[in-house]
Amino acid sequence: MLMRLELIVLLPFLGSLCAAFFPSNARNAEAWLSGIVTVLCAGLVASLYPDVVAGGVVRVHLEWLPQLGVDFYLRMDGYAWLFAMLVTFMGALVVLYARYYMAPTDPVPRFFSFLMAFMGAMLGTVLSGNLIQLVVFWELTSLTSFMLIAYWYHRRDARRGARMASIVTVGGGLALLAGVLMIGEIVGSYDLDDVLEAGDAIRAHAWYVPVLVLVLLGAFTKSAQFPFHFWLPQAMAAPTPVSAYLHSATMVKAGVFLLARLWPALAGTDEWFWLVCSAGAASLLIGSFSATFQRDMKGVLAYSTMAHLGLITLLLGMNTELALIAAVFHMMNHATFKASLFMATGVVDHETGTRDLKRLSGLRHAMPLTTMVAIVAAGAMAGVPLLNGFLSKEMFFEESIVAASDASGLRIVLPTVATIAGIFSVAYSLRFIHEVFFGPPTIDDLHRRPHDPGRMLLPSALLVGACLLVGVLPARTVGPLLETAAVSILGPVLPEYQLAVWHGFTIPLLMSFVALAGGIALYLILYWRKRTLVPTPLLSRFNSRRIFDMVNVAVTRGAGRLARHIYPRRLQTQLLVIVGFAIAAGYLPILAAGYTLGTAPLMTLDPLFLLLWGAGAACAIGTAYQAKFHRLAALIMLGGAGLVTCLTFAWFSAPDLALTQLAVEVVTTVLFLLGLRWMPRRLELDAPRRRTLEARARRTRDVLFAAAAGIGVTLLTLAVLTRPGASTLSQFFLANALEEAGGRNVVNVILVDFRGFDTLGEITVVGIVAITVYALLRRFRPAPESMDVPRAQREDAARAALVGPSFEPLPRGYMRVPAVFVRLLFPMAGLVSLYFLLRGHNAPGGGFVGGLVMATAIIVQYMVNGTIWIESRLRIHPLVLITLGLLAAGLAGAAAWLTAQPFLTALAADWHVPLLADLHVSSVLVFDLGVYLLVIGATVLMLVALAHQTLRSPRRTLVRGDVEQARLQSEGAPG
Amino acid sequence: MELVYSIAIGVLTASGVWLLLRPRTFQVLMGLALLSYATNLFIFGMGRLSKDMPPILQQAATAAGVHADPVPQALVLTAIVIGFATTALFLVVILALRALTGTDHVDGREPDT
Repeated sequence: MLMRLELIVLLPFLGSLCAAFFPSNARNAEAWLSGIVTVLCAGLVASLYPDVVAGGVVRVHLEWLPQLGVDFYLRMDGYAWLFAMLVTFMGALVVLYARYYMAPTDPVPRFFSFLMAFMGAMLGTVLSGNLIQLVVFWELTSLTSFMLIAYWYHRRDARRGARMASIVTVGGGLALLAGVLMIGEIVGSYDLDDVLEAGDAIRAHAWYVPVLVLVLLGAFTKSAQFPFHFWLPQAMAAPTPVSAYLHSATMVKAGVFLLARLWPALAGTDEWFWLVCSAGAASLLIGSFSATFQRDMKGVLAYSTMAHLGLITLLLGMNTELALIAAVFHMMNHATFKASLFMATGVVDHETGTRDLKRLSGLRHAMPLTTMVAIVAAGAMAGVPLLNGFLSKEMFFEESIVAASDASGLRIVLPTVATIAGIFSVAYSLRFIHEVFFGPPTIDDLHRRPHDPGRMLLPSALLVGACLLVGVLPARTVGPLLETAAVSILGPVLPEYQLAVWHGFTIPLLMSFVALAGGIALYLILYWRKRTLVPTPLLSRFNSRRIFDMVNVAVTRGAGRLARHIYPRRLQTQLLVIVGFAIAAGYLPILAAGYTLGTAPLMTLDPLFLLLWGAGAACAIGTAYQAKFHRLAALIMLGGAGLVTCLTFAWFSAPDLALTQLAVEVVTTVLFLLGLRWMPRRLELDAPRRRTLEARARRTRDVLFAAAAGIGVTLLTLAVLTRPGASTLSQFFLANALEEAGGRNVVNVILVDFRGFDTLGEITVVGIVAITVYALLRRFRPAPESMDVPRAQREDAARAALVGPSFEPLPRGYMRVPAVFVRLLFPMAGLVSLYFLLRGHNAPGGGFVGGLVMATAIIVQYMVNGTIWIESRLRIHPLVLITLGLLAAGLAGAAAWLTAQPFLTALAADWHVPLLADLHVSSVLVFDLGVYLLVIGATVLMLVALAHQTLRSPRRTLVRGDVEQARLQSEGAPG
Repeated sequence: MELVYSIAIGVLTASGVWLLLRPRTFQVLMGLALLSYATNLFIFGMGRLSKDMPPILQQAATAAGVHADPVPQALVLTAIVIGFATTALFLVVILALRALTGTDHVDGREPDT
């Protein structure tokens, strides 16, 4: 028992991971690996049979999201066992087949890797005991199917087919998810056991019909049922092993698998009968009719798959237990004969280079073995006696009579539909064999000389052997397995049924003979009248693929048009809307509930504070006024407003904020100064449109908006400030900071200890932003006209030329004295920054402030000494600092795991160092060190990257000029 | 005192919003900087104003009302640093925009006349 069930699901994924890393030509190694994985899985599944027989269930529960009722729950009963066996057994054969099918030039790791992943996903789907988990694996099969259909992604049809298949099946999967969530709401659990128990509650619930429709949407899209069948023929662009495995044997069966799985919970109502039966019958008829007229061998098989899945769906819809057993039986039978037919098709394709029924003919001479295999498999598909297809089809005919017995009109309709579909399925099977293998040989037309391949035929032959064996001795071979599966769905009491070739002369037997004779006659008529190679009559007009494309295009265009209509293209308009909504949202409560001031005692006005903010407000308004034409002035005034803000923080007992604001103010100003150089020149004189009426109206409107926003915020702030504040949260921090965290500076304690995880996230953001800035600037090409030498320097040079030798520019080395100063300042600043870092826990300071001070010290060196000078002497690696910072912070958090405590729990120890002092050591300091390093790294990285633009641009213009000159010279020289 | 504080935030907000609605990237950049001052002061103000009561503990047992509210301060402290980072990002984006489109209009092209 141990781990076997987990291994069945886990092994394929591990295999997939390994397979992805093999060299691209390792066909044999890949096949061996995948073969071993599939055989191991099959063996594990087989070894579990004793546990599931007679209604036994193997369960593995792992907690996943227990709060949401979603567990990782593997559950294997007889039915799941049968499917798991099918998936692994088919998987092994397909791997063997693919080894010979794939060309040496194909990149096999991708193929086998996705094939293994698909197998894991499929096993996960059939073994899921939790509905949410089932949907996850379900979508995984869609995803891997997408990858496998698009395996030859250089081909347009492969890409289109993959896209269509994924849109349809993933869309259906979403519907299924919705349905499953609703089931979960009704039942109160996503556990399959509970859901199957609660069938009556689900059927009686008001949501039953929506649930049913959503689940059926998922199942029908997956199983290519009408009207969602169109993706299956398009998916035939996949390599043939994929078609054999996914699109006939396993993945498309997932839909009908689910219908049978949820049969006890959902079936038994009229809604179920009508919805499921009509989709099944329509698919059966359309599929078998269309299959008769396909030119591509795989096209025939694709439509026939649709028809057979329709047959299974129809059986499931009939609401009788016998029909359910027949459906399960046919799922297995169809998988065997259809996969073997696909493989035979692949053999023909491989040997002749074509799958076109028009070109192929008379291959029985060159490929006698293949012909034999294909004939038997096609016989099973047509429902010829002594083959497995006959048995399940017989059961289907019988059920079509039984199920319809109570509804009078259906008495005729269902058996007729069944017989007509039977006729067509005989006709297309016959045609498939006759056109490819019989008739005059056309070997000369083909590029290769076809012959029977050796081992490539083996999987197909094995499957055909199974068809025969089951067909002749059904009760001995498949009987017990089928019973085990049926018991697990229907419970221990099964209805009477007999798996036998001969039931005596019955109506179903008569229907079988009508179908056989009618199918042969139909094909002969079509053949003699040369009607076999025409586009499908009637149905070719209704091309669902084209409808799908049209809908697709219409939706895309409609979305674009809608966006153009409702989405203003101008940023100003968008911002106006946003600001307008924000203002409205702010004023509405005031309008609704009135505006009152609180009665809390206020502080007496300090005239100094008034004066301070007089200056601050002037700075803010000045910035707003000057930002367009006098950027430097605006920048200086912005700094003024920032300083006033900083003083305000200091005033109202927030020393940490004041320190941080001050340091940020410095680096922000440097940043803007560096950026200013790349902005276009803008003079007031150049803007004639400023005076127009329209422009004035617009500005008036904006002033009104700004005033409304400002007044609103003022009122809001005043309303809050006049009411007493009482935050229990703050009381908690104040009460516990010293005792629990050992720090006196509560703000710092909150940052690095209580809310350390937030801070970790924040410094990560800062690091990411810095790297983004760096990356942008590496790509960034400054605007052409700003790449020149700055205007001020040019004018200086021009003035020098005008005035002559008496013009005195600034003397050489005029920065020498400040340079000496800042060099002396550097170690001091470093010391101060470390001081801030270390004392942060108990006094204003901390990693943020310390880091900013250090970054400022470095930037000042750059500014005064120049980039080249500083970088030739002192290499600072900001990226390394960012990395170290994140690592330090992360490790400080992870250290808590060593003592089995949650992430970021502070570890502290007090050591008494003799003669020196009592030393308090804490992992919090390491965390703060991480913050410190990261802030230095990020700030320096951004500023230096911007500063480096100046170094880049002149060199580039120079190079460009040189190239231009060289080109002119080389053009001129020969002439 | 509270009135002055509120008006100060209002003036910063109004100037910021005005700049936010302007057509040139540099104006928007300045506007965002002013708005971030206003926002920081606003959040800080939610802890109420208090003078000479920094949240730095002198002894373990603290009576209520002796210290300023530390929570808004901690929020604002990280907001200041992140604000700097996003300002830098925005600056670089507008420089790249200017280089790519040849204009400093927020829409990436001069308005049609």
